[in-house]
Amino acid sequence: MVLRLTVLVLLLALVLRPDWFASVFAPLAPAGGPVIYTRNSLLSLSLNHLGLVLAAAGAATVIAVSLAILVTRPAGVAFRPLARSIANMGQTFPPVAVLALAVPAMGFGSAPTLVALFLYGLLPILENAITGLTNLPRATMEAARGIGLSRWQRLVRVELPLAMPVILTGIRLSVVIALGTATIGSTVAAHTLGEVIIAGLLTNNTAFVLQGGLIVGLFAVLIYDAMVQIETRLARRMRI
Amino acid sequence: MIEIDRLTKTYGATKAVDSVSMTVEAGTITAIVGTSGSGKTTLLRMVNRLEEPSAGEVRINGTSTLTVKPHILRRRIGYAIQGHGLFPHHTVARNIAAVPELLQWPRDRIRARVDELLDLFSMDPAQFRDRYPSDLSGGQQQRVGVARALASRPDLLLMDEPFGALDPIIRARAQDDLRRIQQKLGSTIMLVTHDMEEAMRLGDKVAVMDAGRLVQYDTPARIITRPATDFVADMVGDVERPLRLLSLIPVSEIVADGPADGAALPAGASLRDALSACLWTGRSAVPVEQDGVQIGHVSLDAIRARVEFHP
Repeated sequence: MVLRLTVLVLLLALVLRPDWFASVFAPLAPAGGPVIYTRNSLLSLSLNHLGLVLAAAGAATVIAVSLAILVTRPAGVAFRPLARSIANMGQTFPPVAVLALAVPAMGFGSAPTLVALFLYGLLPILENAITGLTNLPRATMEAARGIGLSRWQRLVRVELPLAMPVILTGIRLSVVIALGTATIGSTVAAHTLGEVIIAGLLTNNTAFVLQGGLIVGLFAVLIYDAMVQIETRLARRMRI
Repeated sequence: MIEIDRLTKTYGATKAVDSVSMTVEAGTITAIVGTSGSGKTTLLRMVNRLEEPSAGEVRINGTSTLTVKPHILRRRIGYAIQGHGLFPHHTVARNIAAVPELLQWPRDRIRARVDELLDLFSMDPAQFRDRYPSDLSGGQQQRVGVARALASRPDLLLMDEPFGALDPIIRARAQDDLRRIQQKLGSTIMLVTHDMEEAMRLGDKVAVMDAGRLVQYDTPARIITRPATDFVADMVGDVERPLRLLSLIPVSEIVADGPADGAALPAGASLRDALSACLWTGRSAVPVEQDGVQIGHVSLDAIRARVEFHP
């Protein structure tokens, strides 16, 4: 708990009061060069970064979970291999390649990044949702049918709640991957924390690279931890 | 009254259930017994249409079950299975309330019904209402499973090996509970089991299934004394037949006037209990008492005579 709080305070300080760390990063900056990134506010970069990740993960969750529900119904089982291979393709394509291909079609900015993050995030959610929805306790499902729940009621009241911890794990993986991957969105002018890192790389300024990397890393750690907490709490409440 | 009329289920070329007809009287327990693969579970699952019959039909109080949608039908028919199948993410109260909720009973009526059922199954509502199934012992989980099946006062209760996952002592208690509750509520129950002992103990009538066919449908006493086929005789077990018969007859049936020595048996005990008491304590007769008053005795000779004179 203390550790969590320390990390959170450190992250907030890095984002809101970067000048506090000037002396820490100074030895890493080139002689006479800037130590703290000031071209854009780190807060606005962070918010935009998180916004992109949230939008992409949100869209990936909606699509992947709907798809998983569809292919775990008796009528949709035949499409399961197809859905899986499509999601696999999204995962195989490197995000950089997706960016490169998307820019001519969508122009520079956030849109191609969003597409890349979305495609990259589908697979873990889809796979986990399929696993969650197919490995339900048999006796419970049999009883749910036997006492007269309709298909829809079984899905909403029994299947989704019981699969939720596993689905959340998939979403967590997807979000953490997206947090890291969003940094390369800056190469196509998306407004993300990658900007700081890339500026540092271009000017040989390790201080910038470290600042950007540290903030992204701390976000990832905190969000990962928060989602694990939610999962275990949920699993405990459902006694699975 | 439940009428099963030439009910048949075919999978490809094999007949899992082959033209079974039987009538179950309201307020009775019918035990369907058979080896695995005899079609007993398929027969039961066709009653609430978890399996669709290939031919034939089931009528409940004269109405064919084919006239309503399956999930609506199932809300009128209780269903309890081996391994209880409770919802792990719902409390005991919500589990029991599942069907009344589907039927949109008012909230306070559901609450009252949940407490009534918990009481009936000797589980203190205040203590158990808000627990989760994983907090309960196997026997308690099973009781909640049966309570859930009874919650909406169904026309019929189907039970598929409901006590199969319990250890022998808990199972015997669960069977006694079921008998007691069935008599109190006047429920109609169809129960599938592979255990002839359980079938005899619970069933007002026993239906013996073999290879998809109903080979005998009769009272436990007649299944023992007049098995219709060798298969039924096998299921009963030759050696155990006299003992099984004795366990069906209460001592009150052959109690004779006059005193006897030693500890008394209650009038509700079976002749098997009386025989056992005689043999174990070396007596030739045991006294019988009702409500604490001796009403006579049962002798070894009387027991022997009763077994020889089986109908």
